[in-house]
Amino acid sequence: MNSELFTLTYGALVTQLCKDYENDEEVNKQLDKMGYNIGVRLIEDFLARSSIGRCQDFRETADVIAKVAFKMYLGVTPSVTNWSPAGDEFSLILENNPLVDFVELPDNHSTLIYSNLLCGVLRGALEMVQMAVDVRFAQDTLRGDNVTEIRMKFIKRIEENLPAGDE
Amino acid sequence: MAIFSVYVVNKAGGLIYQYDNYVAKAEVEKTFSYPLDVVLKHHDEKVVVSFGQRDGIRVGHAVLSINGADVNGKNTAEGKDILEYLKDPSNYPVSIRFGRARLSSNEKLMLASMFHSLFAIGSQLSPEVGSSGIEMLETDVFKLHCYQTLTGIKFIVLADPRQSGIDALLRKIYEIYSDFALKNPFYSLEMPIRCELFDQNLKSALEIAEKAGNFGTGS
Repeated sequence: MNSELFTLTYGALVTQLCKDYENDEEVNKQLDKMGYNIGVRLIEDFLARSSIGRCQDFRETADVIAKVAFKMYLGVTPSVTNWSPAGDEFSLILENNPLVDFVELPDNHSTLIYSNLLCGVLRGALEMVQMAVDVRFAQDTLRGDNVTEIRMKFIKRIEENLPAGDE
Repeated sequence: MAIFSVYVVNKAGGLIYQYDNYVAKAEVEKTFSYPLDVVLKHHDEKVVVSFGQRDGIRVGHAVLSINGADVNGKNTAEGKDILEYLKDPSNYPVSIRFGRARLSSNEKLMLASMFHSLFAIGSQLSPEVGSSGIEMLETDVFKLHCYQTLTGIKFIVLADPRQSGIDALLRKIYEIYSDFALKNPFYSLEMPIRCELFDQNLKSALEIAEKAGNFGTGS
């Protein structure tokens, strides 16, 4: 499928949300929610197609996300850097972000996080495999930075509803 | 018909999908005249044979239909109590079909929840740390295979013991689930799956698996 159609669809979605909500913060929240709903479904597709087993620690999770998941769905491989000393926080550096091809943010939408859908997707997907994470954009090429940086922080392991045999 | 049924159980242990692929072989339909020489009794909301085994009608077989109309638990299709109906000579001659009672959907729901709990017990009984739950259950008539995904969904397949390739089939069913159930935006997670495309693709996957597995069974 042509990736331009995907870029156009995402763009139409964001602009319509901006028209509907008129408030950048609200749009960011909606994008995150939509991303979350995508993430909880996408994880099963990812697990079914990649046959990857459970990751042993957060470092392995980061590698799988960057090298397998991003490659499978967006065709890009971000690099994993900036590990915190405790090993519970890292950054994904994206050289190019397929969602923002051809996009320029106007001045009146300076607080809009255009690709916030990605944060929701990552959060939703990891929640389904019992990991609570916080995902945010640290740098965004649309807002003047050189690269797009997504910062992911491990909050805790979700102990409720653990599948049997996973203690 | 080497693959008998497929069950899908959600994270909480509830049955969200069930498909039966077998034809009950032992069904007998006979015409009777008054008085009925087979003794029937109520058992578990069904009417079953308790005495008078003959001609393929065995003790334990349930009344499946009367005069062609499927019965509804203890009552006929019209709502009359079966035992009362059969005591009345004016209703004879009557044609009754006996057979092994099929599981009702409530029973299947209950059994799926029970299996969900047993699956967890399987991992707790383990002498080694980090064991999975029950992956296979074998009887002399069928083998039950179970695959639990990292997200807690269980795919259960009941098949002939000689059928091979069930592991690959379980992965394929996972793929079909992630495609036709999850990518359908109108399907809510953890709810019963009512997607036609899922049904169709599941049936074709079962057919392919049966044909592929039959090289070893020769049946």
